[in-house]
Order: sequence, then C-alpha cells, then structure tokens
Amino acid sequence: MIAAERYTEAYMINWESNVFPGILGRTCDRPCEPACRRGRVEEEPVAICRLKRVAADNKGEVKSLMPDAPAEKNGKKVALIGGGPASLTVARDLAPLGYEIHLYDEWHKGGGMMRTQIPAFRLPEEVLDEEVNYILDMGIHTHFNTYVDSLKEIIDKGYDAIFIGTGAPRGRDLNLPGREEADANVHIGIEFLANVAFEHVDKIGEKVIVLGGGNTAMDCCRTSRRIGGKEVNVVVRSAFETMKASPWEIEDAQREDIPILNNMPPKEFVVENGKLKGVKFGKVKAEYDETGRRKLVPTGEPDVFIEADDVIIAIGQDNYCPWIERDLGIEFGDWDLPILDKETFQSTLPSVFFGGDSAFGPENVITAVAHGHQAAISMHHYCEGKDVKERLAPMTNLVSQKMGIHEWTYDSFIADDLRYKVPHEDKAISLKERKVEVELGFSESTGFKEAQRCLNCDVQTVFTTDSCIECDACMDICPTSCITFTNNGEEEDLRTRLSAPAENLTQDLYVSEVLPTKRVMVKDEDVCLHCGLCAEKCPTTAWDMQKFLYNVTKAH
Amino acid sequence: MTYLKPTFRHPKMPKNKIGFAKADYEGAVSTLCAGCGHDSISAAIVQSCYEMSIEPHRLAKVSGIGCSSKAPTYFLSNSHGFNSVHGRMPSVMTGANLANRDLIYLGVSGDGDTASIGIGQFVHAIRRNLNMVYIVMNNGCYGLTKGQDSATADYGSKSKSGTENVFQGIDLTAMAMEQGATFVARSFSGDKTQLVPLIKAAMSHPGFAFIDIVSPCVTFNNHVGSTKSYSFTRDHIEATSAIDFVPKRDEITVDYQEGDGVRVKLHDGSTIELEKLSSDWDPTDRQSSIKQLHAVKASGQLLTGLLYIDPESQEFHELQQTTERPLNELREEDLCPGSDALEKINQSFR
Repeated sequence: MIAAERYTEAYMINWESNVFPGILGRTCDRPCEPACRRGRVEEEPVAICRLKRVAADNKGEVKSLMPDAPAEKNGKKVALIGGGPASLTVARDLAPLGYEIHLYDEWHKGGGMMRTQIPAFRLPEEVLDEEVNYILDMGIHTHFNTYVDSLKEIIDKGYDAIFIGTGAPRGRDLNLPGREEADANVHIGIEFLANVAFEHVDKIGEKVIVLGGGNTAMDCCRTSRRIGGKEVNVVVRSAFETMKASPWEIEDAQREDIPILNNMPPKEFVVENGKLKGVKFGKVKAEYDETGRRKLVPTGEPDVFIEADDVIIAIGQDNYCPWIERDLGIEFGDWDLPILDKETFQSTLPSVFFGGDSAFGPENVITAVAHGHQAAISMHHYCEGKDVKERLAPMTNLVSQKMGIHEWTYDSFIADDLRYKVPHEDKAISLKERKVEVELGFSESTGFKEAQRCLNCDVQTVFTTDSCIECDACMDICPTSCITFTNNGEEEDLRTRLSAPAENLTQDLYVSEVLPTKRVMVKDEDVCLHCGLCAEKCPTTAWDMQKFLYNVTKAH
Repeated sequence: MTYLKPTFRHPKMPKNKIGFAKADYEGAVSTLCAGCGHDSISAAIVQSCYEMSIEPHRLAKVSGIGCSSKAPTYFLSNSHGFNSVHGRMPSVMTGANLANRDLIYLGVSGDGDTASIGIGQFVHAIRRNLNMVYIVMNNGCYGLTKGQDSATADYGSKSKSGTENVFQGIDLTAMAMEQGATFVARSFSGDKTQLVPLIKAAMSHPGFAFIDIVSPCVTFNNHVGSTKSYSFTRDHIEATSAIDFVPKRDEITVDYQEGDGVRVKLHDGSTIELEKLSSDWDPTDRQSSIKQLHAVKASGQLLTGLLYIDPESQEFHELQQTTERPLNELREEDLCPGSDALEKINQSFR
C-alpha cells in the first residue's frame, strides 16, 4: 500500500494493531526486522520501521476512520494507572466498547516513557501528541498531574477493572566510592532524560561520561551533546558486541562524535575539594565458564582515568511500585514483579491487570502495545462475567491473487535494490537545537523503492495435489530452487534430498499428498521469494498465489 | 507481470568444479506454454552442463525452427548459439564443427524439424558420425501452428480435435540405429533421473549422439487418446536400464549388483554404468538393441534409456583425418608452408 501511495489506508492497517505508527516508525526496537525474510537472501531486511513512518508522514485525514466512543456507555468503569503505551492501548480497545475510562498519570500529558525517555530529536512532540490524542479524544477521563500513591484508594472508587501500566520507573544507581560526594554532578539516565524533556534541565558540563550500553545510554549521550556536552564519552563495562543498544542507535551516537569505550567497568568517582573530577575505570575482558556464563576478568592493565564534569548512569531500570499495598491480594515475585497469567495479564487479584514494563520488566513500546491489546480482551471478558482465559482465535483468510496468466493482484516483481539509508539532518544544525529531528524519514520516492524490496510474505504458494501433472515446470523455473519432486520420507531424510540445501530447521517443509508417480512435492519455504513464477508456469493451476490475512484478536 | 526472473538465488547453492553455480548455465525466462516438456529438457541440459563443469563458452547450441528450436534461448545464455533455418540445423552444425572441432556441439531440434523438413539432413549427419549431441524434443504435433499431427505421431493417436492418425509414425531411434548412429537413446522430459545422465553421456561420446525425448505438448497433445501425453508416456514407459554416467576424473562410487551391471568405457576415459533391466539385451550390440526396440514397441510400450552405443566410435574428424586445430588458429605459415614444402609434395608424386 505504501508503494501504491495509499498512505492513509496503510496507516490505518498499522494503527489497528500497533496504535502508534508515527511514534514507532521513528523509535521502535524493530523486533520485526530480524524476522524479515529479505535478510535471508541478501544482507539487510526491508526497512519496515521507516516505511511505517512514510505512511504516517504522508497520510491524509485519519481521525474519521478511527472508531468512536459511543455516546451511550455500557455502564462499566475502568481505571488505567500510568499514561504510557500499554494503558493507551487498553483505552483504544475499550473506549469504543462503551467503557468509562479513567486514566491517571503523574505528568501533565499522556505518553509515559515515550514522552519522558525518548528525546525530542528522535520523536518530535507534535507526532507524540497527535497519536496520544487520537486515543484521549475517545472520551477518556484524564487525571493528569495525579501521582497515584495508593492502589487501595483507586480500588475503593469502585472501578469494575483496573489496569496498571506504570512502567519500570526506577533507574539503577551505582554505588561506588565517591558516589555520595559527587552527587551534584551524577545523574540517573531516565531521570535526566525526563528533566530535559520537561525543560527542568537545559545544560550539562562540557565533559560528560555516560555509563551503560543500552538505548537509554545512547539517548543520554546524544542529549548531552545538545545541551552543552562537548567531550561526551560512553563507557561500557563489557564488549562492544554485547551492548544492548540497537545497532542503529549506536551508529547515530558515533556519528555525533561520541566515542564508545568498551570493557571498562567504573571503579570510583574521583572527587577533589568536594567536586567531581572524573571516573576511574578498570580494564577487563570477557571469559566464559563451562556453563557459558560470562565473567569479566581484569586484564591487569593500569586503570584509566577519564575527566568529567557530569556523569550519567544509564545501566538499566527496575520495577518499583511502593504505591501498591501488599495486603490487597496482589502477589509479587522476584524483582518486585507481580505474579501474572502470561496470556491474560491478570494478577492474583482478579480485577487488576498489568501490562507494559510493569508486567514482566523492561521491554519496549511495541511489546507494551501487545500487552495492552491482550489485557483489554481480558478486562472486557472480566467485566462481562466471561471466562478471561477463553479467547477467540485470530481471524485468518486466504484469497487467490490470480487475474490472468501472468497477472496477479499483488506486485510480484522482485527488486534487487539494497536497503536504502534514511537521510539525516545536517549535524551542525541538529546538535545546536535539541528539538530538531535528526532522521528526516524517507521521501515518497525512496519509500516506494524501499517498499519494492518486500518479498510479499503475505502471499502464499498454495499447492493442489489433484491438479498436478508432474511436468516439473515449477521446479525448473523456481529462482531459489525451493521445489523438489521426490519420494516421501521422514523430514530429516527429506531435507537431504532437496534441490537446494534446506538447513533452516525453524522453517517447516511444505509436503503435498502422494502424486500419481508415487512421489510428493516438497517445498522448502526458507528462501521463497513469492515471485509467483511457479504458479505462472503451472499449466493446470495446481499452484496458486493466495493472499493470507491475519487479524490478531482484539477487544475491539 | 513476470517475464523477468528474479536475480536472487538460493544463498547456499553449491558451485561446481570450475566455480560456476547452476544459475550460470540458465537462460532467459521461457516464453513457451506453461508446463511445456521442452522447458524440462532445458532444465535437464542446464543440470547436465553444471554437473559436467563445462565452461559455457566451450559449448555451441544450434537449432532449426519450431517450439523446440526456440528452446536454446532458455538455457546456456553464455554459450555460442545459432538459430538456423527450418530443418537445416545439421548443415549449419556440420560447418561449425568442421571449422572448430574443439567445441561441444549441442543440436536442438523437434519432430517437425527433424522428421519432416529436415529428415534428409538428419540421416546424413548420422552417416558422417558428426561429433555432436542431437536432441529431438518430440511432442508428436506442430505446436507452433495449432497442433496438427507431425510425422512422429503414432498410428492411432488421437489429435486434440478427436481424429485418429491414419499414418504410420516415424520412429527416429529406429531410423538412427538403422543408419548406423553410434549413440542412440530415448527418454522422457518428465524423467530427469534418466535424462540428465543420458545427456552427460551423449556429450562425452565421440561422434553422433542422438537422444529422442518425448516432450508432451501441454496445449495441443496432452489429452486422453494422445500417445505423447504426460500420463500416457508415464503409463507406457519401459526403461532399458537404470543409467549413471561417471566422468573420467571422478572415482566410481556407484555400486551395482554383480551380474546386472554393464560398464561402457568411453574414449575420454569416462564410464557409462547401466543397471540392465532386461537380460537379453546388450547395449553395445546393434542387432540386439534393434530387436529389443521392436519387441517392446510390439507390446505397446515405449522403450527408453540408452538403446545403443558403439564404444569404438570414430567421429567425422578422425575419419577424415582433418587438422587437429580449429581453423581460426591456423596461421598463414600453417596454411602456406612455402615453396620448399610444395616442392617436396610434388616430388612425392614423381
């Protein structure tokens, strides 16, 4: 659809399930891209994330296409604690069903960590506001600037169900010598980002050290570069390869002249005359024991001292909910995480549900959205007195794409293009002004070309044994040698007898019924391009290209 | 619309001894009807050349006119090619072969091109034992002109319009055998396990190697009553033997049971291994082969596999004692050795 310039429809398909196409099109952790099958035939997957942004940037009016909250309510009241992606997703799913929804958040606007932890140069405020407001405008009762300090009080208000999506709000600290004395110049990563976002902080020292190798560390160092940091170093205690940050975020930091120093655990905050001077680091290397567990052992090299005016600690965050009284019936397990049903997100107190980082610990926005959808189904069932565990299967559908001998209703042509790079704003400009967005997004024409790289995984090759005359045409034409006609056997044995090596065991083989010559058709889907040549070359339409539609089950 | 084949290939596809992948032996996307037997034969040729590690520029493909003769476009894009005149492929081939004996010659023809307009050329190429592979993609009809019976259509076979053929069909293998061909085989486009080793053996055979391949025409000759349809051929096939071809550099790894196996050693050191399915047939004895061919035909079946091979075959250049070098490599001093040499020759006649 993006290739067909049907941006509005593309946006809506995306909005249905991920709720924040514009936000995620800029900031997603992209768990989908490693799964993209383009990566199996060449170096890089399709830039799925950035294409979502293309749809979001170029869409037309969408508000009228979104569901409205009915004027007549269903008489049920639910409370959502926390205004982040998980809670907003629950609101998006339940509001159209007539629920009266009350959303509580400590800040003055919704968005949660998307607002406090994602810097404006990655996610402009207008984009965030727009997509958050699509949901809040569904008649959500917002209680902003309200820090909920007692769940009991909320329960006492008589809600039919309560959803908790308060994230993992506590950044980890680092207890090293000198920490207390240096306190004025040592900051916790997510607090620092929130303070910058709300403009409580607008400058930092010229020399900054960021401790940690995750995405928060990358956001901290890049933010520092924009508010006065000239010599910003990221120091990570382990190796570069094991850093948790997304590769593209590391790249973006390096592009802004931020060195990343690895295998250096901090030892001490060096303080002179009551003021932070810098940090002393040891040098280590990774060793693995028999169980494969990693141990960082000192290399014996001398310690390294790095000067710093400010240090930002971004080494992870934890769940923290002191506001949930422990006598309400909600049980907690390790790490202060609630004990939940993994599918329904229901806590041990049946009316209370969790989602997002507060459910199973820190993850990412798209996971929080997924939790929200599932929790919304559970809450709806719970409020209707139905079994929470009983869930409808997702909707699936297969439709033939055949129009003519060589014509399909999908674009079967396979482009050779390599992945396109997203253009960036001039570094001199973006480093000067914190709110200038660095990534400019694909233009429409680049978006088209990138979309052409898609291998159409939604279009399936469907084989009908009865029609096959075993002429071998499909096997002969297949560019990636996916198809074999051979005698049947056990999968392990079959895999050794195919036209091409079939080594991806996570990809099932497609095996037909027995054909007249007693052979079977075996297709290894692993590197199928969905080019449709097998079906075009089939004289009896035993092969057909059929579009597969999958709609995840949602409350609405 | 896809007449273009995607350029992506399976990333783990192996390479052959000279570093080429199978894709390097492919051609353009076929414009023949979907399911045409000819495309299967093209794929078998690609497979054979890949397995034989033939450098594509060392092969020349020559064809006449017809669906079959279009096929060379669809394989071996990097080889020499000549799409000649109807029925005249053997003449063009003879010329090319005379000029450069170093290439591997692959002639592709059809039942019309060979059994009708080109039948005279065909028998003379056999007679001269020209060093080439002669493939007939035999579908028993004229596909290009809407499916009329061809000269190889079997007596009694029904055309698509329902009329039975009242003429006797020409059996090209029998004809080649009678004419003294030194390598005669028959196969079926739908049986690559048999076809690929046959093509490989034919390419190694010094002299005229003929393969008649039943190649169903899905559009005009694949109905009930046709004797060249996929299902009829499959139901009536009777193979002479299970065949394997072992190139000369390879170690022989195929193990045959004592008594059943026949090994035919070729001039270049390669071997054809046959697991005989019939005891009263010797592939190197022309008479027993002809007898077998007729006996199976009389029983209403179609004999396939290697039918006859002459391991002592001497090809045209050997018979004619021509120069061992291609003509384009002969320099003026080779062609005009000078007055002294002429004088010597003249002296020898005195």
